[in-house]
Amino acid sequence: MASTNDPFQFQEFEEAGNLLEANRDAVTISIEEDNIKPDKQRKAAGFTPDGDDEDPLASDDKTELLSGPNKSVPFWTFEYYQRFFDIETHHVKERIIGSVLPWPGKNFVHVHLRRNPDLYGPFWICTTLVFAIAISGNISNFLVHLGKPNYKYTPEFRKVTIAATAIFSYAWFVPLALWGLLLWRNNKIMNLVSYSFMEIVCVYGYSLAIYIPAVVLWIIPYEWLRWCSIVVAVCLSGSVLVMTFWPAVRDDHPKVIIAILSAIAVLNILLAVGCKAYFFSKPEAVLPADSSAATGLTKAPSST
Amino acid sequence: MAAAEEASRPFAGLSDVSISEDIPVEGDISVPVGPSTRRDEEFSTLDEPVKETILRDLRAVGNKFIHVLYPKRSTALLRDWDLWGPLLLCVTLALLLQGGAADSDDQGGPQFAEVFVIIWFGSIIITLNSKLLGGTISFFQSLCVLGYCILPLTVAMAVCRIVLVGGSGTVSFAVRLVVVTASFGWSTFASTAFLTDSQPAERKALVVYPVFLFYFVIGWMILTFSPSQ
Repeated sequence: MASTNDPFQFQEFEEAGNLLEANRDAVTISIEEDNIKPDKQRKAAGFTPDGDDEDPLASDDKTELLSGPNKSVPFWTFEYYQRFFDIETHHVKERIIGSVLPWPGKNFVHVHLRRNPDLYGPFWICTTLVFAIAISGNISNFLVHLGKPNYKYTPEFRKVTIAATAIFSYAWFVPLALWGLLLWRNNKIMNLVSYSFMEIVCVYGYSLAIYIPAVVLWIIPYEWLRWCSIVVAVCLSGSVLVMTFWPAVRDDHPKVIIAILSAIAVLNILLAVGCKAYFFSKPEAVLPADSSAATGLTKAPSST
Repeated sequence: MAAAEEASRPFAGLSDVSISEDIPVEGDISVPVGPSTRRDEEFSTLDEPVKETILRDLRAVGNKFIHVLYPKRSTALLRDWDLWGPLLLCVTLALLLQGGAADSDDQGGPQFAEVFVIIWFGSIIITLNSKLLGGTISFFQSLCVLGYCILPLTVAMAVCRIVLVGGSGTVSFAVRLVVVTASFGWSTFASTAFLTDSQPAERKALVVYPVFLFYFVIGWMILTFSPSQ
């Protein structure tokens, strides 16, 4: 009965419900439709009282909270990171097997991750790989120098730090760079597939899983065995990575596709070969003969 | 009489109700001071001799050591957690790992600070991992359990040093390997007996694996300790 243009007029409850519906035609069911016109008139007058704005916002928050896994929790809370540990033992097993045995049709992200990337796998695989490299390198050095009289065994704990730096920067900075690159290309060319940062980190983390048995194999001091296992491991992990990122770049310019995919493969190879060269010394088969000849030569002049 | 009866009849049902005169209402409406016996104990610990205070804490630590050595399902470690035991074990282990080939050159064994960092940061990371996976154990309880379960490995380190006094050949290496492996298995078993109760069933392996890795690395540090010659 009172004029609806009066801002200080006491608002009936039904009007607030309809104001909601007029604001965002969302979830509410409209019961009374004849009150919408006065609201629209009020809006046209350009005046929206402050008290009414809180109702739509409150129910906006509520519907968003109730809508399931798409809650926006700030990244400095514990709950934000708990989202990335929402997996079970068999999920981790399936993901590791999926990264070790790549299948041409199955994209790792689509088949295994399914919108649920986790941080457990990448973190613990990287940690295990760090310690595996350090320990295997130590054992292989010990085995190589076993016969020599003047060799003193040292545990070489400094190498753990170096291995950790190398592996963790590969597992975090390369995905960061790749994600930035794909985002930049996405602005230019509309790709069908785009991966979130966590999914890329997840793929890279799980792709390192094949290196753990390879590194343990490198303890055995035969060069041919080491090179065989490097080639196999690089092929498997490289193919997982390339097959995962192929759908994200295939709509692009051919040169860009080749550049991105070859960068992924080359960085992978560099990591493997670099670790082998730095942590595992070559078995020196020729040296004992040389040293005995040298001692023979030095002994001969001294005996005269 | 009839009027009196009629007058009393509405109140006849009231005799069944508990609000009758023969049940006295009693109680104390003064503010409670708190459990008085505990208060008395807390007040009097200021007056007790220092030896008594230290012995009480040492007895608590020793009690938990026994629970680690014979791990059965008990909540003693979890209920009254303390970090004295882990600190004691960590310092002992770090001291025993000194005096190796580390002191002479750079590429040696772990320094004192490195052992500390590995043990405490390792425990913190494992605790964070189990909490992120939805564990119901609290932060310090988990640190307490992981720290106390280093006891078998510390004992193994002491045994290794004694064995190394006798010589550092293949036999001593074999003996040390057996001792360290046994104590590593014991540590892992003891800590999982306490930690896995707080996890849902399908994530138990995810929680046990980092503990396994942690004690494996500590066992490796103990096994590769070589005395300076």
